[in-house]
Amino acid sequence: MSVKQISVFLENRPGCLHEMTQALANAKIDLRGLSLAETSDFGIVRLIVDDVLNTATVLKDAGFVASLTDVLAVEVPNVPGGLNKVLGILNSTGVNVEYMYAILGNKKSESAYMIFRVNDNGKAASALELENVTILDQATLSEL
Amino acid sequence: MPDSKVSDSSPQFQKEGFILKKYFQQEIECMPHEKIRELQNEKFLKQVRHVWEDVPYYRAKMQEKGLTPNDIKSLDDLHKLPFLTKDDLRKAYPYGLMGRPLKDCVRIQSTSGTTGQRVVAFYTLHDIHIWEEMCARAIVAAGGSDEDVVQVSYGYGLFTGGPGLNGGSHLLGSLTIPTSSGNTDRQIMFIKDLSATILCCTPSYAAFIGERMKEMGMKPDDIPLKAGIFGAEAWSEAMRRDIEATMGIKAYDIYGLTELCGPGVSFECEDQHGMHINEDYFVAEIIDPKTGEVLPEGSLGELVFTTLDKEAFPLLRYRTRDITSLSHEACPCGRTHVRMSRLKGRTDDMLIIRGVNVFPSQIETVLINKGYPANYQIIVDRVNNTDTLDVRVEMTPEMFTDNLGEVNKKQAELVDGLKSMLGLKAKVTLVAPKTIVRSEGKAVRVIDNRKI
Repeated sequence: MSVKQISVFLENRPGCLHEMTQALANAKIDLRGLSLAETSDFGIVRLIVDDVLNTATVLKDAGFVASLTDVLAVEVPNVPGGLNKVLGILNSTGVNVEYMYAILGNKKSESAYMIFRVNDNGKAASALELENVTILDQATLSEL
Repeated sequence: MPDSKVSDSSPQFQKEGFILKKYFQQEIECMPHEKIRELQNEKFLKQVRHVWEDVPYYRAKMQEKGLTPNDIKSLDDLHKLPFLTKDDLRKAYPYGLMGRPLKDCVRIQSTSGTTGQRVVAFYTLHDIHIWEEMCARAIVAAGGSDEDVVQVSYGYGLFTGGPGLNGGSHLLGSLTIPTSSGNTDRQIMFIKDLSATILCCTPSYAAFIGERMKEMGMKPDDIPLKAGIFGAEAWSEAMRRDIEATMGIKAYDIYGLTELCGPGVSFECEDQHGMHINEDYFVAEIIDPKTGEVLPEGSLGELVFTTLDKEAFPLLRYRTRDITSLSHEACPCGRTHVRMSRLKGRTDDMLIIRGVNVFPSQIETVLINKGYPANYQIIVDRVNNTDTLDVRVEMTPEMFTDNLGEVNKKQAELVDGLKSMLGLKAKVTLVAPKTIVRSEGKAVRVIDNRKI
């Protein structure tokens, strides 16, 4: 029930991020979500895109180092306490969240969408589904 | 003289069966040590006489020390002779060290000027011939014969790499592909399509070709190469293993310098344990680079050469600035010529960082052992009166993950590895792939920004 996230290595210097987005724009890749983690000399950009395979190829051809990771795309009720509920479920199952970030949803949607990178996708997914939290698959994510 | 040498030995090879031949010139290459010494002694006295008579620059240096050829009675007196240095070459540029008139010379070669000082060397036909002979010995020592296809991917032109191995390969009778350096995809195409079995180039270019092969999805079995003869720069044992695995070959080190002829001054045999110096053409010494004192066998120090058979550019006690050691220990290959160990570096390459001697080859060893590519750059600077060492390494798909912590951990492992190898703390900067310039000749590994 997981989706593919693409992580890209970037040097921490001016223009580096733009070089990457330029490559994606040229290939008409639609970005659904993005998060950036950085140290003083390098950064890792995590991307959620409409076409994973194409993106991976485009990045490789442009000379970037990238890797694929399975992450959970979770529908979070767009109400106060919505995220808290999801995290509560994960916490009670003992799943560790390594990082998370919000991604674009449908404008009319009542829900927000978040990406969770956890240490055990299977365990997290079944716990969330048991509590009727919706987890998006790749096709649904692409249609958002 | 050299002409007769070759025509004498060639039929002998045929009698023995060319394919099984282990040596290009067995009699010389396996001559007992005492006999080599005798031969050297005889040639040495002639060479000293030649220099005294024909090279006024060196005669003046001898006179300064109150020496005449009569004071040099045998090789035991070698230590009395003054050194020649790169600085002498610069002062005597271009004709001051010549031992023959220009009309006797047939060739000029020049250095790449990596150390900032261009050297121009002159060759008579005889000088070219002995050089090619040494290169032919090197190719045979790497398992080559007239059945082989030798691809020479060293640069051709003023640089000695291409012309030297090209000449050696011709002399041996191997089919020679003079690709020169550059156009890596074409290099790979020639290796594959024309069934090259021996590749000659710089180790950094060999690593680059290997890297490109991997990218193209080629495996060692996809190419017919069996051996590589790589030289013109210092490289590590780890880098050798890496190239050998990527290309599925045995990689041999070769050493030389333009001042003496070019590649082939010494070369590795199948034992891959030090390079045999062609003692019929050179006498090697190891000295303390600070005091100039000759060091006993086995000591690490600066390599000094005296040519024995050079006409146009004879050099007595030429300081190479290369750091190595010598060993006369018997070699399983049967060659008796003295072996020099893998170059530790050049006195010019050696960096003194916070008082610690650092050779780029040490850094290379750590990187390769930890699975990083041999493409790296060392940047030295001085910040607030303290030397800084920054090792720039390219990120690879194998070591990259989405997890910042894990990448940081790998970076920290590298810092630890460098610390235990060098005894000082280096900063490691991970850079994007292909951002460190690939070299088709000698790699520029060190950028020293210190203004002292």
